[in-house]
Amino acid sequence: MSEFNITSAQYVTDPLNGKSDKLIKATINKTELWIPVDPDNRHYAEIQKQVAAKTLTIEEAD
Amino acid sequence: MALSKILPASQSQFAGARNLVINGAAICSQRGASFTSSGVFPVDRFKMDKNGANITSTQNALTSGEPYDEGFRFSAKMATTSTDSNSANYYLLRHRIEAQNLASCGWNYTSSSSYITLSSWIKSSIAGTYYILIRTKDGTGQSYVHEYTLAANTWKKISFSMQGNSNITFNMDNGEGLEITFSPYLGTDFTSSSTTLNAWGAWNGSTGYGKDYAHDFGATSGSTFEITGVQLEVGDATPFEHEDYTTTLTKCRRYFLRYYGNESPNFPRWFNPAYANDCYMGGNFSFPVQMRATPSVSASVTYQNSDGLGTGDVSREGVNLYVLSTGAATISGAYITNNSSDHVTVDAEL
Repeated sequence: MSEFNITSAQYVTDPLNGKSDKLIKATINKTELWIPVDPDNRHYAEIQKQVAAKTLTIEEAD
Repeated sequence: MALSKILPASQSQFAGARNLVINGAAICSQRGASFTSSGVFPVDRFKMDKNGANITSTQNALTSGEPYDEGFRFSAKMATTSTDSNSANYYLLRHRIEAQNLASCGWNYTSSSSYITLSSWIKSSIAGTYYILIRTKDGTGQSYVHEYTLAANTWKKISFSMQGNSNITFNMDNGEGLEITFSPYLGTDFTSSSTTLNAWGAWNGSTGYGKDYAHDFGATSGSTFEITGVQLEVGDATPFEHEDYTTTLTKCRRYFLRYYGNESPNFPRWFNPAYANDCYMGGNFSFPVQMRATPSVSASVTYQNSDGLGTGDVSREGVNLYVLSTGAATISGAYITNNSSDHVTVDAEL
């Protein structure tokens, strides 16, 4: 009973501080989302689960 | 009857915030009122997941019937629009409650002399036996399955109490503490004829959702299942705690928030007469209530003189949004329009 179909994930660079370790831009269930690197966020938790299962890779920021 | 249950003659509703379920009357539907895909929220805080027949899930307007007479104007409804029969099929309406709301609700959940009660109006087009799964998520997850029967196309109010159990754990945090699952149908991949009813036990995995269903919701196009008046409370069942719309909406917005461009003065909309090449401009977008967790952000907006929208820092209190310019020259201004379909979505659901 998987709830999420994640088709892409990439770190995002914050133009304010130049850092790219706080946000991930991902397409989940056909919707593009900016997802915080926060284990309490259900989308990030699912990304981590799929990365651990090696079914998803988070791309580096552009 | 306990003295606390005796009402003054002039009082028709018990006072206080008793209902641990948010939007149990299905009055808030920030995401829209009709969906055809899985993983959607036809009403706030109630998620529909399915595998099998095509489903339209809606915030359904009630115009008559017993729930209507008790003040309910909406239900969360699922309707099949095709047929599909398979042991791997499932159709679920789920509600998830924060652990800290359970830990601090007054239920002595490790004591068998203390109990909570779940009540709900339910209707289905298919007569038969159905199951509700209550599942805790902290510690060693526990589950409780309740069986009930429905006559076809007839509203029924179900109500049952669950005693505490020494194996139940709720952390005092913002994680998921308990899930209530209404299921019009589950294939045998998710059920077991040996499922124990009306008692807590360790969650046994995917076959713990209920006993085997004798009917198949997805076998007929046009099958319907709907719920309203969902209430989980400490102690005995009491009348549903009706709330004004704003109170319920504010509670829902801790988990999900959608601002439309033509409705909200808080909608991000920036104007800059000297917007240079390869730069951005943005602003802070404050949330009306603290979100449960740092939320995911998405946007569907129309731009003028911009190449896209981006997200900077985001917290439980707000987000920094910006518009981008990657053009070849300074442009005369960039902004997000106030189109009625434009919206920014913030999601911290469980």
